[in-house]
Amino acid sequence: MEPSIFGFILRYSKAQQIWLLAVIVLSYPFLYLALEMPKVIVNQAIGATSGPPFDVVLFGSPMLSVGTSQIEFLIGLSFVYLFLVLVNGVLKYYINVFKGRLGERLLRRLRYQLYQRILRFPLPQFRKVSQGELIPMITAEVEPLGGFIGTAFADPMFQGGQLLIILGFIMVQDPILGTAAIALYPLQIYVIPKLQRRVNELGKQRVQNVRRLSDHIGETVSGITELRAHDSARHELSRFASRLGIIYWIRFDIYRIKFFMKFLNNFIDKLTPFFFFSIGGWLVIEGELSFGALVAVLAAYKDLAGPWKEMLTWYQQKEDVRIKYGQVIEQFDPPHILDEETLLSELDEAGDIAPDAPVVLQNVGLVDDDGVRALDGVTLDIGAGDHVAVVGTANSGKGELVMAIAGLLTPTSGSVMLDDRDIKRLPRAVTGRRIAYVGPSVYVQAGSLADALAFALKHEPTRAAGYEADAQARYEQELHEAEKAGNTTLDFNADWIDYASADVAGPDELEARMLDVLRAVDLDDDIYARGLRGTIEPEEKPDVARKILEARAAVRDRLADPEVSRLVEPFDAGRYNLNASVAENLIFGVPLDETLSEQHIAANWYVRRILERVALTDEFLKIGRHVAQTMVELFADLPPGHEFFERFSFISAEDLPEFHAILGRAARGLDALGETDRDRLIALPFKLIPARHRLDLIDKALQSRLLEARRAFAEGLPDELTGRIAFFDPEAYNPGATIQDNILFGKIDYGQANAAQRVGVLIAEVLEGLGLRDVVMSAGLRSQTGPGGSRLSPVQRQKIGIARCLLKRPRILLVNEAAAGFDARMQNTVVNRVLAECGGRTVVWVLNNATLANKFPRVVVMDEGRIAEDGSPEELADREGGTYRNFLHDL
Amino acid sequence: MSLQQEFELLRKIPMFANIEPAKLKLLAFTSERLSYADGEVLFRQGDPGDAAFLIITGRADVTIDTEKGPLSVATLGNHDFVGEIAILCDVPRTATVTAKSDLVALRIRKELFFRLIGEFPEIAKEIMRELANRLLQTNAQLREMAMAVDEDRSR
Repeated sequence: MEPSIFGFILRYSKAQQIWLLAVIVLSYPFLYLALEMPKVIVNQAIGATSGPPFDVVLFGSPMLSVGTSQIEFLIGLSFVYLFLVLVNGVLKYYINVFKGRLGERLLRRLRYQLYQRILRFPLPQFRKVSQGELIPMITAEVEPLGGFIGTAFADPMFQGGQLLIILGFIMVQDPILGTAAIALYPLQIYVIPKLQRRVNELGKQRVQNVRRLSDHIGETVSGITELRAHDSARHELSRFASRLGIIYWIRFDIYRIKFFMKFLNNFIDKLTPFFFFSIGGWLVIEGELSFGALVAVLAAYKDLAGPWKEMLTWYQQKEDVRIKYGQVIEQFDPPHILDEETLLSELDEAGDIAPDAPVVLQNVGLVDDDGVRALDGVTLDIGAGDHVAVVGTANSGKGELVMAIAGLLTPTSGSVMLDDRDIKRLPRAVTGRRIAYVGPSVYVQAGSLADALAFALKHEPTRAAGYEADAQARYEQELHEAEKAGNTTLDFNADWIDYASADVAGPDELEARMLDVLRAVDLDDDIYARGLRGTIEPEEKPDVARKILEARAAVRDRLADPEVSRLVEPFDAGRYNLNASVAENLIFGVPLDETLSEQHIAANWYVRRILERVALTDEFLKIGRHVAQTMVELFADLPPGHEFFERFSFISAEDLPEFHAILGRAARGLDALGETDRDRLIALPFKLIPARHRLDLIDKALQSRLLEARRAFAEGLPDELTGRIAFFDPEAYNPGATIQDNILFGKIDYGQANAAQRVGVLIAEVLEGLGLRDVVMSAGLRSQTGPGGSRLSPVQRQKIGIARCLLKRPRILLVNEAAAGFDARMQNTVVNRVLAECGGRTVVWVLNNATLANKFPRVVVMDEGRIAEDGSPEELADREGGTYRNFLHDL
Repeated sequence: MSLQQEFELLRKIPMFANIEPAKLKLLAFTSERLSYADGEVLFRQGDPGDAAFLIITGRADVTIDTEKGPLSVATLGNHDFVGEIAILCDVPRTATVTAKSDLVALRIRKELFFRLIGEFPEIAKEIMRELANRLLQTNAQLREMAMAVDEDRSR
């Protein structure tokens, strides 16, 4: 990276900076003329004393002749003025846009370079820097650089040039007065940098402390569970406050010095006129200086003041940015950073390794930064297709061993050879495709499960994105821009999946293969369940929607059996559904956004108008009062925050006292209630589900009136609500409902024992019968993993990690305690299935559970960084006093 | 089918008789009212006890597994309360209960029941009183039986 901000700017924008300066110089004459023109108009046109010809006099000589009468002359000059104003405006606009674009491009380039360097950091570096520090560096800290880059050369040239011109002008007229006007500049040039140095020092400290602050916030977010568990909130708050305190005092000091600098500058500014007034005035009175000369020097000084001030401001900004740049850069230059070529080069066939390449470790040693010897002279030969288990205690170096083989840790001595080539010199394009590594904690990015699996296959674009005309133009424009900023030109929207590596022809086959690998890691049942809870866009997948409707019909047939029919209450436009809420019964559909959600439906004007029309408003008010009374009676004595509130109550703990008050006011009659109180009570009945809540508030008469309301609601639905609700239609797929709900097209009966479980079995049978299990699985693959895979359990994340290694069909599979979190039975299953899947491929599996080692033909036992034993499990188990034997006995 | 009705039934059970009405209603509200078909099993011997049942309507058979097959030991009817021992102490079900007609029961989950006791210790006091009464009765029965055995011997 360029060590200084100016080096960076010059390296990547020299030509643009020169062009910018040229345009600025070009703009000078127009600026001058635009300033001069009003004077010319006033003096020469309006106040013309001589007749034709009407000449414009500039610099004391006639420049051009305009018009034949004074009026024509005036109008002509006015238009010249207007033209100049326009030219100036356009030039200024052009310069500003140019500066802005220049700044943004370089900022983009800088951010890109920094991010790319993070990708190239050697892995141990991540033990030293936290994400809490890295994030603000690339986001917030470099932001001011963008603004500065455009002005880096333009401002000092522009202002400095102006300063020099004016100074030269004064000097030519009167060298002594000129010298007097800048007499105090040396003082400023001496004092200001001294103060600025102090500000710089504080600025550095501030940056460091803000980084620590963001680091602290990051730690809090990741450690929130521990924090709650140990009642550490007060301690954390105090730590946070003390950090804020440090930042406060630093910033306060910065302000003090900054404003002192400002004060000093202003004072020195006015000190010069003080000398002019006092000494100059005295000289004038004494007759040693002419009055005119004094006025002239005062005017000249005033002209100088503007550019000089700008120069000082620029200097301070420059210092600020210089420090920020330097402080960011130094964090991005760790030793042993991967070179760009190794990380980013494309796979070249000649550089690939042979399919039967053995892995050979020669005297491999690994010493970490603390001087701990994790690996110590390890020599090992693993033939292609071997299945090797590695066992050992936690600090035996077993994990480091496979990480070294994966090329993720670079040995400090010795070498890992793959196909007779040192792995540290092999590009990631080879190691990342031929070797698959999965560690004890798998990271899953936000996105769909399919994305999480395909993650391992995305090395480079394999199929260009098909853009339509407009999008193609936008893409090309963006491509051009990315090139200008030195960013990658690989298209993010292209299809990146390497189908060949997965040994499939295209997306459809890939999905089938994904299901295979998920089965191998015993994740298929989870995916099925997620699929049932998932949704699909019927317009995007009409064939899937149609199949699900087939399943719905099949379920309907099964419901003819009374044994089954009592489990489900189907949706029927002409019947009130006792297992659905009042809100669902009223709109008879699924809300697609918040407008008609259970929380907000009561506030919707149209819903209220419908209630009014079928004369249910008062009824709802009465029921609402009843519900509120019951809730207050049942829940009043529970402490706030009790889980019963969330699970059972219609009213949250915080709102309970308020409803208590509303009930008090309602004692004088519901009519006496204010608008807000009425709204709150009316909102309650919408949540009622008669079969579940058993409050006996929705009787037959009310049910039939709600059906009337349902009809009225659908008939008069205003345009603003269409598209916000997906109505229940027995013949149509409902995009707002889950696949399970679409199949069921009804509600599971609350009052039937084990209904949910039995319905699950019923649906599974129906789907199996129609061959639709894969459709559900495919919906499961599209379900979202959440930020950082948070919607998956740790075990599920680990399984995804293993599954995507299998998907890649690597030549060498390295598993580093990736199944350690599974229960014994599941570990057993997964090891068996993965080994079966990897017949003929090299597998090195670090086991936390040594009893599984007998599934491998060869076991390597690690102890204190060395290989203690190496052989078949049977042989090692029989070895008297052997480490492996002891291991098995200790269990 | 109403909360009020369930509440009235709960109140007739000695264990709950003296509990404050609002608390008992809460217990009813947090419980599930479930229908069982003839022959459906409410719970099985040896299963972990996770709930007690109040039979609202219907009949049920209590059977114990023996070497010679299931042995019917009792029949339950309307308003009987069953399975409470299993939710008070962590023992597996000691018998199997099977519906012998269409049956409706209120299923009181152990977890919720205990939370309620945690919140309102007075409920626990009432239950203790009830259990102590049962113990007294059992003791009295034992004493009678012992005396009967003595009499038998002295004859």
